[in-house]
Amino acid sequence: MQNTQPSRLSLLHGISQKPDLSWPLVFSVFLRNLKVFSKTWVATIMFNFVEPLLYLWAMGFGLGVYVTQIQGLSYLDFLAPGLIASSAMFATTYEMTYGSFTRMGHQKVFHGMVATPVSMDDVLMGEILYGTFKGLLYGFVFFTVVVLFGIAKSPLALLAIIPLFFMSAVFSIISLVWTAIAPNYDSFGYFFTLFISPMFLFAGIFFPIDNLPPAIQFLPAMTPLYHAVEVIRPLILGKVYWGMLIHLAWLVALTLVTIRLPLVMVKNKLIK
Amino acid sequence: MEFAIEAKKLTKRFGHFTAVNEIDFSVKYGECFGLLGPNGAGKTSTVKMIYGFSPVTSGKLEVLGMDIMTNARDAKSLLGIVSQEDNLDPELTVRENLLVYAGYFRLDRKTARTRADEILSFMGLEDKANDVVENLSGGLKRRLTIGRALINDPGILILDEPTTGLDPHARRLVWQRLRQLKEEGTTMLLTTHYLEEASQLCDRLIIMHHGEILEQGTPAELVQKHVGRDAVEIGFTQKQKIPAELVNRFLNWGGPLVKSHQVLGTDLIIFTQQGEFLSAKLRKQAAVAKIPLAYQNLRPATLEDVFLKLTGEYLDAPDGKGRELE
Ligand SMILES: Nc1ncnc2c1ncn2[C@@H]1O[C@H](COP(=O)(O)OP(=O)(O)O)[C@@H](O)[C@H]1O
Ligand SMILES: [Mg+2]
Repeated sequence: MQNTQPSRLSLLHGISQKPDLSWPLVFSVFLRNLKVFSKTWVATIMFNFVEPLLYLWAMGFGLGVYVTQIQGLSYLDFLAPGLIASSAMFATTYEMTYGSFTRMGHQKVFHGMVATPVSMDDVLMGEILYGTFKGLLYGFVFFTVVVLFGIAKSPLALLAIIPLFFMSAVFSIISLVWTAIAPNYDSFGYFFTLFISPMFLFAGIFFPIDNLPPAIQFLPAMTPLYHAVEVIRPLILGKVYWGMLIHLAWLVALTLVTIRLPLVMVKNKLIK
Repeated sequence: MEFAIEAKKLTKRFGHFTAVNEIDFSVKYGECFGLLGPNGAGKTSTVKMIYGFSPVTSGKLEVLGMDIMTNARDAKSLLGIVSQEDNLDPELTVRENLLVYAGYFRLDRKTARTRADEILSFMGLEDKANDVVENLSGGLKRRLTIGRALINDPGILILDEPTTGLDPHARRLVWQRLRQLKEEGTTMLLTTHYLEEASQLCDRLIIMHHGEILEQGTPAELVQKHVGRDAVEIGFTQKQKIPAELVNRFLNWGGPLVKSHQVLGTDLIIFTQQGEFLSAKLRKQAAVAKIPLAYQNLRPATLEDVFLKLTGEYLDAPDGKGRELE
């Protein structure tokens, strides 16, 4: 029969209802994903880790020779903390687009889970948790590189896990929202070309957003990546100031405001 | 709780399309209850409501005495579900699939391992325990899916077309397991469009068509009621549709022996309680009247005939729609 594509609005049906969550089962969903990841983690970490390392080399050591100072920092010091964030961002967004789409689509893993006491809300929360975990993991791997290069200047650097956590959560959520409306794998190309790559290039990792034309500076300022980098950089370099907390608050608020979205959207997409 | 599953005026609509239309049925404890019907009959839609995946549009549905809509978690903890499409964890091994699933039911590790071992041996999967699911054949995947549905020792096992797409050998292996479960007293709800599966496994069944229930009863009752014991198939030599006048001549010769009949292309099928006698009589009469016959065949009547009788369509048609009669 007609398998009509639901309207975008009908995907939001039930948004005002309380989610049906059982945290032990959320955790069992998370563990399932971790179990699958544990089969291939060496290969996938290497794959995701090489890219920011190449950027660090090309930009930090190559280009950095010509850039003497940026906001009073060497270019390597300026760049490296941002690459921790972008490394996490890429890990999370790949997992929560291609990965989640496969699990909910042709593998029908979500369908298998909800045939048990697990609810669809549990499944999605487990996914968000897993996406966040992957961001933290890849961020941490790159963090160790940053430490090895002697770029981390203070034990406060360890606190970078906090902004990284919320940034990864936000990227999990945004990616799952896109996944909920994505008709096929091709549509993830748009997601990366339109949102993720521009964010990577313009949200303050490679140069301060002040260098952009004033009229468009608000654009990177709206991205989670920008706010994460603005917290992570001072922490890594040991140059903390109170104003950082605003960026952190922004990430926390964005997480809380958006977290209900993927739960209802994916549920409405899968359950008819 | 008188019944394991009780549905009253159960309805499922997708937009304006009604997939299940006010159906009533109840499944008793310990029986294997069948939903028989062609593709698109509404079997999966019904089953998905029963296991709480798809919201009930209207009507009443109680599963193990619980309202599945308001009490989904508790009800689902007592169900074992084999859905129509495979949804195993393809990257995990056979045993890991069972253990991960046990986690969703919050079984402790020790119980989960014991259960997994029991299931592996029951389903004949011990040799494959450490194989990655992706690499398994369709038959083995199905067996694992059924095994996985047993991990919580379910009160009701729900199977949506458990053997569709399997080769005959794999199908037989699945049937053996299901029959054994049935003998152990497991309550089962099984959908199928294979009449052989329904007649082999089901104690009682409903015949569904276009979202409605056409009939219900035991397989034997249904066959007896609608088509009797035997089917006499008469093949005419005509290339075209057989003329009604010819059909009537045969029916007249059969007289009261004819319980009912069906015209199927250039075949006439006559259902009767006394096949041998009728068969001989018709053969003689046709010879006397010099009507050439392509063939004549006597066989036991089946559920397929019941379905044909009720709908004028074949149950297991390759085009998925049911082959229409002329
Ligand atoms: N999500 C859906 N949206 C619209 N129509 C559907 C949906 N799911 C099933 N249908 C329609 O409902 C009818 C019954 O389908 P289904 O329950 O899958 O039948 P069966 O399992 O007996 O083959 C079919 O016509 C099918 O196309
Ligand atoms: Mg079906």
